[in-house]
Amino acid sequence: MRFLFKTSYNQDVGLFRDKVDLFWYSLLGVAALGLPLLMSTYYVTEISLVLIYAICGISLMVLVGYTGLVSLGHAAFLGIGAYAHGYFLKIGIPWIPSVAMAVVITTACGLIVGLPALRMTGIYLTIATLAFALIIQEVFNHWTAVTQGFDGLPVAMPVIFGISVSKANFYYLCLFFLVLSLWLTRNLLRSPTGRAWVAIRDSEIAAQSMGVHLAIYKSIAFAYSAGLMGLAGALYAHKISHLAPDIFNILLSINFLLLVIVGGLGSLHGTIFGAIFVVLLPPIISILRDEIPASLGAAATSTGIAAIGAIGKAIGGFLAKPGVEAGILGLILVLVILLEPLGIYGRWVKIRVFFSTFPMYKRATFKRQKSYMKSERLR
Amino acid sequence: MSLFQADNLSINFGGIKAVDGVTFDVAKGEVFTIIGPNGAGKTTIFNLVSRIYEPSGGRLVFDGNDITQVPPHKIAALGIARTFQNIELFEHATLLQNLLLARHAHKTSGFFSELLFLPSVRRKELEHREAVEKVIEFLDLQQYRDSFIVNLPYGVRKVTELARALCTNPKLLLLDEPSSGLNVEETEDMAFWIQDIKNLLGITVLMVEHDMKLVSAVSDRVLALNYGRPIATGTPSEVQSHPDVVRAYLGG
Ligand SMILES: Nc1ncnc2c1ncn2[C@@H]1O[C@H](COP(=O)(O)OP(=O)(O)OP(=O)(O)O)[C@@H](O)[C@H]1O
Ligand SMILES: [Mg+2]
Repeated sequence: MRFLFKTSYNQDVGLFRDKVDLFWYSLLGVAALGLPLLMSTYYVTEISLVLIYAICGISLMVLVGYTGLVSLGHAAFLGIGAYAHGYFLKIGIPWIPSVAMAVVITTACGLIVGLPALRMTGIYLTIATLAFALIIQEVFNHWTAVTQGFDGLPVAMPVIFGISVSKANFYYLCLFFLVLSLWLTRNLLRSPTGRAWVAIRDSEIAAQSMGVHLAIYKSIAFAYSAGLMGLAGALYAHKISHLAPDIFNILLSINFLLLVIVGGLGSLHGTIFGAIFVVLLPPIISILRDEIPASLGAAATSTGIAAIGAIGKAIGGFLAKPGVEAGILGLILVLVILLEPLGIYGRWVKIRVFFSTFPMYKRATFKRQKSYMKSERLR
Repeated sequence: MSLFQADNLSINFGGIKAVDGVTFDVAKGEVFTIIGPNGAGKTTIFNLVSRIYEPSGGRLVFDGNDITQVPPHKIAALGIARTFQNIELFEHATLLQNLLLARHAHKTSGFFSELLFLPSVRRKELEHREAVEKVIEFLDLQQYRDSFIVNLPYGVRKVTELARALCTNPKLLLLDEPSSGLNVEETEDMAFWIQDIKNLLGITVLMVEHDMKLVSAVSDRVLALNYGRPIATGTPSEVQSHPDVVRAYLGG
C-alpha cells in the first residue's frame, strides 16, 4: 500500500497527486500516442470514436455527475455542433474558426436550454431537455437550407492550414481535444466553480447559504457542458462523414447517460471507462448474436443433442429482434445502479486497493456509513 | 451595541403563523439562544435570517444595514454563516472540499481564469487552504481531512458543519441545534467549542438548542418561543423558571 505524505498545499491543488501518479499518466500518454503504430487503420478510427465519446462523457459528467442535473437531450447538442461545423465547412470557412463557431453556438444553445433549469428540478428538468432534443431533431429535419434534411450533409476529413488530415492522424486530433477537454474541466473542478457545482448537487440550500448563486452556476454548467458537446459534435461530423437528422436521436442521448453512469458518476476517469464500454457494447452484442448459435450448433452436432442447437438458434434469434439492444442497455443501467453505483471507476478503485493491500483487504473498507435523514422540506 | 436585530418578524405558511411578530436583538460578542417546543418556529427564524424564506412582515438588521431584501447567496459575504438542523453537508465530497466551498463568498477569480487555472487562481486556492486549515486545527478535524462525508460518523459530521460555517469567516454564527444527536461527551465538546468561538474568535452566536444544560452553560441571553410568538427573554435561569415557559413545555 502506498501512503501519500503531503508536504505542501500545492499537492492538493496540482493536476497530479505526486510523482508516481505523474509517471503513470505519462506512461498512459505514451501508450495513447503509440497506439496507431500498432494497429490497423480500421481499429484506429474506431478508437477515435472512443475519444470523441469520452469528450461527450466529460460534457455530461459535468452536468449529471458534478452538478446533479440530468439531461436526456445531449444528443441534440452533439447534433448542433456537428451540423454547425459541417455547414461552416461547406460554405468555405476554415477548420479552426469553424470549430470555434460551432462551440460558441452550442454553448449559446446550452445557455438557453439551461434557463428552465433554474426553475425546474429533477425529473421535470429531464423531461424539458428531452422535449428540447425532439424539437431540435425536427429542426434538423426541416431546416434543409442548412442541414440538407434527409439528403444528408457530407463532411470530408478535416483540412487544417491547408494540410489534410488522414484517418490515422484524425486519431491524434481527437486525442488532442480530449486531453484539452480533460485539462480544462479538471481546472474548473479544482477551482471555486467546480466546488460550487458539487455543492449544488449535494445540497442546494447549503450551497446558497455559503454564497453560491444557484442560477449562475447552473447556467455555467449547462453552457459549458453544451460547449464541450459542440466540440465533440464537430469531431463526430468527420468521424461519421455524413450527417443525417435521425443520428442524433434519443437512443444516443441514453447512450451518453449510460456512459457516465456505467463509467462512474462524479469522476473524470469514469468518462474514459464509460466511453470504451459504450463503443464496445454494440459490436459485442452483434458478435454474441452470430457466435452463440454457431458455437452451440457445433456443440449440437458433436454431441448429437439437437436441443442445444435449438437453444442456440433461439438466443441468436432473440438477440436479433429489434429493440433488444435498447433493452440490454436498460438492463445494464439498472444493474449498475443497483450493484455498483460508482460504476466501472468505483470497481477499478476497489480492485486496485485489493491488490495494494493484499492479503489484508477488508470488504468493509468500502462499506458506507448509514445515511442520515435529510429534510425534504426545503428542496 | 447590537450586531443583529429582528424587528417584528413574521411569516405565514398558508394559515399557520410560523413566526408571529418576533423582535429581538443580539449584542456583539454574546451567545443568544432561542428555545421552544417542537414546531415553535425556531428553524423558520433561521431560514428567515439566511433569507431562504421571504418574511411576510418585519425587518432584519445586520451590522447597521437592513438585510431584508438581500438575496440569500449574498448573506455569507456579509458575515452570517449557519449550520442546519438536519445536516446539509456535501456528502459526496471530502471534508476538505466541504470547507473550501465555504470560502466561496471570498472568491475573486472569474470563469475564464479558472478554466485556465491561472497563477492568480492557484495563489487564491492556497490562501483559502490556509484559512481552512486553521479551522481544521481549531476543531481537531485533521484525521478526517480527506474522508468523504458519507463515510463519517454522525458526530464528526456535526462538527464538520460547524467548521464549514466558521470557514466563511462569519461575524454572526447561526447554530441550529448543535447538540442534537450527539452523545453526552460530544455535547460537552460542543459546549467548549461554542465558548471558544465566542471568547477566542470573538464571533457572535445565535443558537437554537433543546439541551438545557448546554443552553445554561454557554448562553448569555435566552429567548423562549411558542407557536411563533416570543414568551420570555432573559438569562438562562430566568427564562427556565418563567411560568409561561414551563407551561409551554408541559403543554398546559
Ligand atoms: N416550508 C414550510 N412550509 C410549510 N410549513 C412550514 C414550512 N417550514 C416550517 N413550517 C411550519 O412552521 C412551523 C415551525 O417550524 P420550525 O421548523 O421552525 O420549528 P422548530 O421550532 O424548528 O421545531 P423543531 O424543534 O422541531 O426543530 C411548523 O408548524 C412547521 O410545520
Ligand atoms: Mg428546528
